[in-house]
Amino acid sequence: MTGICVIDYGVGNVGSILNMFRKIGAGAFASGNPEDVCKSDRLLLPGVGSYDFGMVQLAERGLDVAVKDFAATGKPVMGICLGMQLLGMSSEEGELPGLGLIPFDCKRFDFATMPDAADLKVPHMGWDTVALKREDPLFVAVPEPQRYYFVHSYYVRCKCDDDVVAECEYGVTFAAAVRRGNVSGTQFHPEKSHRFGMCLMKNFAESA
Amino acid sequence: MLVRPRLIPCLSIIDHDLVKTVQFDKPRYLGDPVNAVKIFNEKGIDELCVLDIRASRNHRAPDMGYLADIASEAFMPLSYGGGITSLDEIERILFMGYEKVVINTAFVNNPRLVGEAAGRVGSQSVVVAIDAKSGLFGKCSCFVCDGGVKTGRDPVAMARLAESCGAGEILLNSISNDGMMHGYDLDLISSVAKAVSIPVIACGGAKDVGDFRRALDAGAHAAAAGSLYVYYGKEKAVLINAPEERRLFEVGIYR
Repeated sequence: MTGICVIDYGVGNVGSILNMFRKIGAGAFASGNPEDVCKSDRLLLPGVGSYDFGMVQLAERGLDVAVKDFAATGKPVMGICLGMQLLGMSSEEGELPGLGLIPFDCKRFDFATMPDAADLKVPHMGWDTVALKREDPLFVAVPEPQRYYFVHSYYVRCKCDDDVVAECEYGVTFAAAVRRGNVSGTQFHPEKSHRFGMCLMKNFAESA
Repeated sequence: MLVRPRLIPCLSIIDHDLVKTVQFDKPRYLGDPVNAVKIFNEKGIDELCVLDIRASRNHRAPDMGYLADIASEAFMPLSYGGGITSLDEIERILFMGYEKVVINTAFVNNPRLVGEAAGRVGSQSVVVAIDAKSGLFGKCSCFVCDGGVKTGRDPVAMARLAESCGAGEILLNSISNDGMMHGYDLDLISSVAKAVSIPVIACGGAKDVGDFRRALDAGAHAAAAGSLYVYYGKEKAVLINAPEERRLFEVGIYR
């Protein structure tokens, strides 16, 4: 199958992502089959839930290898939320290594020792604005001020500043969007961020 | 940094009808839920909560086909409650495009469900709803089955239990104030918000954005409402609407 493959690995919100692609008229399908992943034009890795559970679900289906192989072809890959976190090296949430496509790790929001942030709830949940650190094809022509829906208890900390596309602040400054080459990710949920997310998803579906 | 607390239309449905109740009673038919969702999309609202209010009372499981119809039109965070009793149902609902499930009756009958669900899908996707009604001498008690069954439990204790079981949020509904449009039960909000560290969504009684502000000041992390979003004017004409952003700045909810 060609088109955008939304990886179905038993973790998360495949339905809402397909709904959004349908809304913007992009051809997308869900599959948990490594062969479908291989044949698709673009790969979207969703994810809601815990880190190790996500990695185990990918590995059980042979999807961890399939995603890495796909990324090596240079075709566009995008992770959303946990799907983005899994693109990195590791997370405080789990023990298993990530996919290792972008060098970052995930830390838990911990405001216990931060007097200025002690009132902040975990997870970081709700709409928030992001600050673009550099131009990126995903963010072209998104109406300003951009805001997106976030739900996460762990945040991405990039080892190389160049991999950070957009930042958000919640007690700490963290990477709201990352990219290294053809592999990108958003911590927020574009599929649930109405007109802003619609524009971003369209950019992903149409980007070269 | 978040400077916009979440404001959430809470849509009550019975089967495939959008309704609005008063004190959990006298459901008034308002129209088609999917149409309302489309309108809320255009309004760019923060989040949407859909509750099938009679499902548990009538021992009815979630209507998965219909829930999919609603989700296919919702490009904002979406939660669903009503008749959920199993982990399998929770996973199916999240898979089809809902961010959160709302659990009320099943939490009282089987608190372990909340922990199991949180372990599987993450706390952030598991909301426990507390339906509280003030009785004599201001004593508050929690109800389940759409207000039909009294549990004899205190909302603060219930909220603490929900948090310890792994719930990610509390949807705190005042049965006494539901549909009355004369303000939230601020004491209830304050007492529950102080008792837990997870976010509390206040619901029940809002008439205008000033009430949102008061609920947030009382400690709510987010404010939900029904009537405010579906009625317009003194005569309660049915009109799906959302407060203008300008008004939210004026009352200091947005900064």
